[in-house]
Amino acid sequence: MTQPALDLSPPVSDEIRKTTCYMCACRCGINVHIKDGKVAYIEGNRDHPVNRGVLCAKGAAGIMQHNSPARLRAPMRRTGPRGSGEFEEISWEEALETAVSWLAPVREENPEKLAFFTGRDQSQSFTSFWAQAFGTPNYAAHGGFCSVNMAAAGITTMGGAFWEFGQPDWERTKLFLIFGVAEDHDSNPIKMGIGQLKGRGARVIGVNPIRTGYNAVADDWFGITPGTDGLLINALIHELLKAGRIDLDYLARFTNAPCLVDAREGETQGLLLKDGEGRPLVVDRRTGSLKPWNAEGVEPDLSAGQTLKGTAHRTVLDHLVSHFLDPSHAAENVAERTGIPAERIRGLAALLAKTAFEEEIVLDRPWTDFRGHRHERMVGRPVAMHAMRGISAHSNGFQTCRSLHILQILLGTVEVPGGFRFKPPYPKPMSAHPKPHYRAKAGEPLDGPHLGFPHGPDDLALKEDGSPARIDKAFTWENPLSAHGMMHMVIANAHAGDPYEVDTLFLYMANMAWNSSMNTRSVMDMLSDQDEAGAYKIPRIIYSDAYSSEMVAYADLILPDTTYLERHDCISLLDRPICEADAAADAIRWPVVEPDRDVRGFQSVLVDLGARLGLPGFVEEDGSAKYADYADYIVNHIRRPGIGPLAGWRSEGTGRGEASPDQLDRYIENGGFWISHVPEEAAFYKPWNAAYQEWAVETGFYDSPQPYLFSLYLEPLRRFQLAAEGYGSRQPPEHLRERIKSTLTPLPHWHAPLVDALEDPAEYPIHALTQRPMAMYHSWGSQNAWLRQIHGRNPLYVPTALMEAHGLADGDWVNLISPHGQITVPVAHMAALNPNTVWTWNAIGKRKGAWALDPKAPEATKGFLLNHLIHELLPPRGDGLRWSNSDPVTGQAAWFDLRVKMEKTRAPAEVLPQTGAQTSPVPEAPETLAWSVR
Amino acid sequence: MHPAFSVILFSTLSGAGFGLLAFLGVGWPAPEGLAAFVFYAIGFALAVSGLIASTFHLGRPERALRAFTQWRSSWLSREACLAVAALVLAGLTALAQIFGSGHVLVLGWLAAAFCIATVLSTSMIYASLKTVPRWNDLTTPALFLGWALAGGALLAAHVMLAAVLFLVASAIQLAHWIRGDSALRRSGTTLATATGLEGGRVRSFEPPHTGGNYLTREMVFQVARKHALRLRVIGLALAGVVPAVLLLIAPASHVTAGLALLCHFQGLLVTRWLFFAEAEHVVGLYYGAHTARTA
Amino acid sequence: MTQLPPPSEVKLGLVIDLDTCVGCHACVTACKGWNTENYGAPLADTDPYGAEPSGTFLNRIHSYEVQPEDGVAQLVHFPKSCLHCEDAPCVTVCPTGASYKRAEDGIVLVNETACIGCGLCAWACPYGAREKDPVEGVIKKCTLCVDRVYNENLPEEDRVPACVRTCPAGARHFGDLGDPDSAVSRLVAERGGIDLMPEQGTKPVNQYLPPRPKDEPLDVLAPLLEPVAETPDGFLGWLDKALSRLPGGPS
Ligand SMILES: Nc1nc2c(c(=O)[nH]1)N[C@H]1C(S)=C(S)[C@@H](COP(=O)(O)OP(=O)(O)OC[C@H]3O[C@@H](n4cnc5c(=O)[nH]c(N)nc54)[C@H](O)[C@@H]3O)O[C@H]1N2
Ligand SMILES: Nc1nc2c(c(=O)[nH]1)N[C@H]1C(S)=C(S)[C@@H](COP(=O)(O)OP(=O)(O)OC[C@H]3O[C@@H](n4cnc5c(=O)[nH]c(N)nc54)[C@H](O)[C@@H]3O)O[C@H]1N2
Ligand code: SF4
Ligand code: SF4
Ligand code: SF4
Ligand code: SF4
Ligand code: SF4
Ligand SMILES: [Mo]
Repeated sequence: MTQPALDLSPPVSDEIRKTTCYMCACRCGINVHIKDGKVAYIEGNRDHPVNRGVLCAKGAAGIMQHNSPARLRAPMRRTGPRGSGEFEEISWEEALETAVSWLAPVREENPEKLAFFTGRDQSQSFTSFWAQAFGTPNYAAHGGFCSVNMAAAGITTMGGAFWEFGQPDWERTKLFLIFGVAEDHDSNPIKMGIGQLKGRGARVIGVNPIRTGYNAVADDWFGITPGTDGLLINALIHELLKAGRIDLDYLARFTNAPCLVDAREGETQGLLLKDGEGRPLVVDRRTGSLKPWNAEGVEPDLSAGQTLKGTAHRTVLDHLVSHFLDPSHAAENVAERTGIPAERIRGLAALLAKTAFEEEIVLDRPWTDFRGHRHERMVGRPVAMHAMRGISAHSNGFQTCRSLHILQILLGTVEVPGGFRFKPPYPKPMSAHPKPHYRAKAGEPLDGPHLGFPHGPDDLALKEDGSPARIDKAFTWENPLSAHGMMHMVIANAHAGDPYEVDTLFLYMANMAWNSSMNTRSVMDMLSDQDEAGAYKIPRIIYSDAYSSEMVAYADLILPDTTYLERHDCISLLDRPICEADAAADAIRWPVVEPDRDVRGFQSVLVDLGARLGLPGFVEEDGSAKYADYADYIVNHIRRPGIGPLAGWRSEGTGRGEASPDQLDRYIENGGFWISHVPEEAAFYKPWNAAYQEWAVETGFYDSPQPYLFSLYLEPLRRFQLAAEGYGSRQPPEHLRERIKSTLTPLPHWHAPLVDALEDPAEYPIHALTQRPMAMYHSWGSQNAWLRQIHGRNPLYVPTALMEAHGLADGDWVNLISPHGQITVPVAHMAALNPNTVWTWNAIGKRKGAWALDPKAPEATKGFLLNHLIHELLPPRGDGLRWSNSDPVTGQAAWFDLRVKMEKTRAPAEVLPQTGAQTSPVPEAPETLAWSVR
Repeated sequence: MHPAFSVILFSTLSGAGFGLLAFLGVGWPAPEGLAAFVFYAIGFALAVSGLIASTFHLGRPERALRAFTQWRSSWLSREACLAVAALVLAGLTALAQIFGSGHVLVLGWLAAAFCIATVLSTSMIYASLKTVPRWNDLTTPALFLGWALAGGALLAAHVMLAAVLFLVASAIQLAHWIRGDSALRRSGTTLATATGLEGGRVRSFEPPHTGGNYLTREMVFQVARKHALRLRVIGLALAGVVPAVLLLIAPASHVTAGLALLCHFQGLLVTRWLFFAEAEHVVGLYYGAHTARTA
Repeated sequence: MTQLPPPSEVKLGLVIDLDTCVGCHACVTACKGWNTENYGAPLADTDPYGAEPSGTFLNRIHSYEVQPEDGVAQLVHFPKSCLHCEDAPCVTVCPTGASYKRAEDGIVLVNETACIGCGLCAWACPYGAREKDPVEGVIKKCTLCVDRVYNENLPEEDRVPACVRTCPAGARHFGDLGDPDSAVSRLVAERGGIDLMPEQGTKPVNQYLPPRPKDEPLDVLAPLLEPVAETPDGFLGWLDKALSRLPGGPS
């Protein structure tokens, strides 16, 4: 027999349709290969700015999600009790009219009785617009339990954050520090970046209790004790200051380091000294006289204080130095708590100094700053940093993120070559963001956007009687800067009627009855809890999902969405766009195939509901519907004059002007996205670079240049402290005064995670964490036949010392106990792990009957959620108050503060707790797959 | 390795079958007429049923004929060809003896040679696999041949010879186990050579998939030491020792022989099960098998 | 033709960088996606939504821990697919000739129409690179995307294996390891690429780049932190001196 003849050039597909992936929120470009009108193969789009052709495991398995047996098929009305999963399919007309019959009266009487919360959809500029038109103050997305600490600390400190709003200068950086990241939103860009660094032999340092993924390939691993990064970072700052290894020129020109801090006793003490027009003042080195920070040609002086009317006012830098030079910040004094030896901390500080100051890189690109000062070169300090939920998902996360940014800024590594760079529309200072709006009026739209940044007590979302205006208690004294809302408190508060009761809970794309919630077991009970009369405590629940999730079973009315390949979506500059540091970009999804079920894109459904409810912005004067569907809205909605959802193919080219009527076709021709590159001279120093500011105005990010200074010193926090000290008319409740004084500090003070103060660390000595598996997306990956073979169950990973101490071997079972719950789960040994930390993969565990999986599926029998152990409230302290388990500044859910103890036990038949089964509203799944459309 | 019953049945039955046919081939005994028919019938029944059983584990049995093409390099292909040749030759010898033209010497010896070769080629399928160090050893062909001849001898009613061969085969079996237990270590293949990782003790952290796969089912099969030891004792006793003793002390009779045979087959099935179940495939190393796990 | 062809000039294969692989499994599903739709029968999954989902994959990512005598443990993500060995035992054991090594580029393939699914080749492979498909009953293995790498219906730049094209970290490299000057060969030379299980004598074409040394002591750099000040006042003193050296002062 001879070598068989092979066809080496088989046809690949009939057609390629280019759209945007949605197996996660990274939004990579995909080429969908179509054969006989069906999806045959999905690969990355090489031209796309986000992924340049690569795809992750989820994206490449998209075909299995698109064809999942768990896809909902039609609108449904609940027939059984909540949680049972018993539904009847109904028509869209019936579904929409039911929704209207619930919502219209609410809007007429009291819009705040609607709570509308969404998950990680990418249409928040649209959903918030809808909620604003409806008039309820109760709107937010998942950010509050996700990473608001990261976003808020970044925006308030430097007008832009990690998360997906910035990126290292992958091309040039020589040293990359990554804190508390397992996967990130920027899934592929980070992998591509690390690959690029490895290729160049740049050094990667991972700070993380767990050494997997990025931390496994890192050249150095700092297996830090959870919750103590603030100590580590402050120690690095201490050591660098002591050695004078900071970028003085950068600090003087671009930060509020030279600004003077008011030293006068009284209601202005600790605020920045300002001129009549409210402009912070600096001493001009040329003349020694006081000048506004942004005056033409000013050379701010870092050290010179100024004595006025007998009081000596010191500069921010002066205050900062006194704070960080305190011996408590020395490496020796944090080594034990952080679990990092002092010499390694100092070694890291030295490495930072060496790379930033002895390996500086210079681009010969002249540029001009906002003071008209021309710089001949762009000087880069090639140290880049990135951080995510490992830092932010702690109750001290905000100040830890602040410390990290201050470290970056002291080294002069932000917005410089080789450092950390913002992605347009960032940089955008806090002052350019809205303040929260919350005043609900019967039958009226809200007076402005829900979310934003309070600048002081006067901006808090409080009613006249001082009670919270929002159901989630965002923007209150408990957490003034809760810029993303506090979705994790909604169900608990609505159930408790605290601060008030709601009528309808409207959820979109968030599995709140499961992995999205803390304290899952109880949340399921709250959702199905009834009063004496047998009425549900939360009277009505409307939910839009695309798949048969756990949350579906707890809703009364289901509005089934399409899959990501079957609808229009808009990844807008008004929302969370796909920009790169060197370019502005936005993108769409479009129906590359038509749904074979009676489902509708949720945004189109909202457009329809908006029209039926007669919401302003959704109807014409004559009351007729303004938009046919979401596609129509995307092209024709006007947010500000000349500004719409998509920046591409508008009459004035760069992002402003009339949208061309065939805008969507242009996007499709262009591969589903639009991109506009930042001019070379505008590429760095963006917050201060006149060229960038001009370009940003042209492109429509703002209507006038917005240069600003980085806030080493965070004045807004000081305003809350002043209130806590008794100044001003709006006063915090007594029980919060001390906490506000000690946690809302204008310079970052590290404090232990809040629970540590309340629970006995000695009784619960072990930290328990979760990580994102790179090949799974929260709960929704488990319906994917390929991905669930990779992560079908999740052991609890236990470090060597604890395995030995508890006499454990792989496959043994333990009771994992937190102050308010217990789970029984299997363990596996892991050596590359912080010795006081156990962890598991996130959201693998499933409820029986969900996701079209067999009730005996390993996800339900061996997989588990850590969430049962994490409470949305801090343990009661006998004051009758409900203290949320959140960061005191932002309300960020403190997932990773969890402490547990562990005891060996004999293996039960299944993991515990079991949460009963839901009947599956979708047809049985196939018994074998041999996937192919040939 | 996963002990597939079809394969176990095949190798044991056909082994004995070819053993018997070999004895008949060399004309010892050289029965005539009906007696010859009976003897050969038994031989063929065992050999053929074994061969048929072996097709059960094929994914595509309907293509089995293709297996005759690659005798140049493949022991499995050689086995197939040799088996057929052996059966044809033995068939002709049989016809001659049944229809009274007596035992044709050349033909018979040829048949016998092919029967032995068949058994050896079967064993070489296993013995030639470097990936299974326990098999990759001279004791493997010796083992297959030993048991085949012993079983054959008994079937051929050579009581004393059978008894001796049972003891010899038992000895080979012991040798196979003793050498086998250190085979993986001696092969030099470890998780370290499998991964090339240096600088410390290497252990498997997570399997690639939480779901099982063909490899884990087919090649990462493990039996507990204690369990295996018990089975070894039972297997060896039944397969070799007890039959031998029976034949040596009990008065020679069909009953004794029958008992011995029954006992032998039982034992052989057990040892053959162990032959697979105890065999460590090096791919197991990648899946964390065959390396002492410590917490 | 089960006998191995004479060693080919061109030796197509993969180079896998263990220092860069983050263990994301992208190459696993990209491989599954391409190969279920292309070469030979689809890659089947049994009980895909049930208690024991199990399917055919041509590429899987293991992970191993290395525990040094003293010092912290390391974790290594370890991709594994067919290594397209020069002395491929999986080829010579095949009774039907279905398993063969291409004479022109050394790619090892299974002719699925000739395979009887005896599984002997899977036994003969030390690396676990062959899996019997539960539905088709034939052996499936990495094809090195033979239907991509020469495919004229694909743009030039896409004529690489699906796993290589998708790898976000760029940890997978494809090329001709028979040519000492090829990019992959040079990479192997620079980084000291290795064979897996050399003692098995299979002469793998695929090469693995070992992880770079990790966690080297940092404290040697400490001298860079010579203190300029211990107290805030001391610091301000230093600051004034330092500032006087900066441009933009009184003129
Ligand atoms: N594949 C995949 N990608 C995803 C998601 C997904 O589900 N799957 N989810 C998306 C979403 S919603 C989000 S929010 C992002 C989140 O992206 P990540 O922030 O990467 O999310 P986590 O997996 O929670 O990672 C938290 C990391 O912080 C570490 N950690 C925990 N506590 C500490 C600490 O105190 N200090 C330090 N230094 N580290 C600590 C944990 O070990 C873990 O590695 O991922 C997004 N991307
Ligand atoms: N223990 C622990 N818990 C955590 C975290 C953690 O780190 N540890 N992380 C937290 C964080 S940061 C986040 S963001 C949350 C994420 O948790 P969730 O927001 O619940 O994320 P998913 O599980 O992906 O669920 C989203 C829901 O959207 C549905 N869905 C998927 N695609 C579509 C679609 O196209 N349309 C519609 N309408 N619905 C769709 C899915 O079916 C699913 O029911 O988890 C939080 N929970
Ligand atoms: S990271 Fe993966 S899942 Fe997320 S968008 Fe990109 S390809 Fe899709
Ligand atoms: S895609 Fe690349 S990084 Fe991811 S697992 Fe495969 S080889 Fe490793
Ligand atoms: S890796 Fe295994 S299957 Fe691939 S050529 Fe080598 S022996 Fe054959
Ligand atoms: S399974 Fe197929 S390819 Fe493998 S040896 Fe048997 S016939 Fe050859
Ligand atoms: S080369 Fe092709 S077949 Fe082989 S592992 Fe990569 S994608 Fe799979
Ligand atoms: Mo999130």
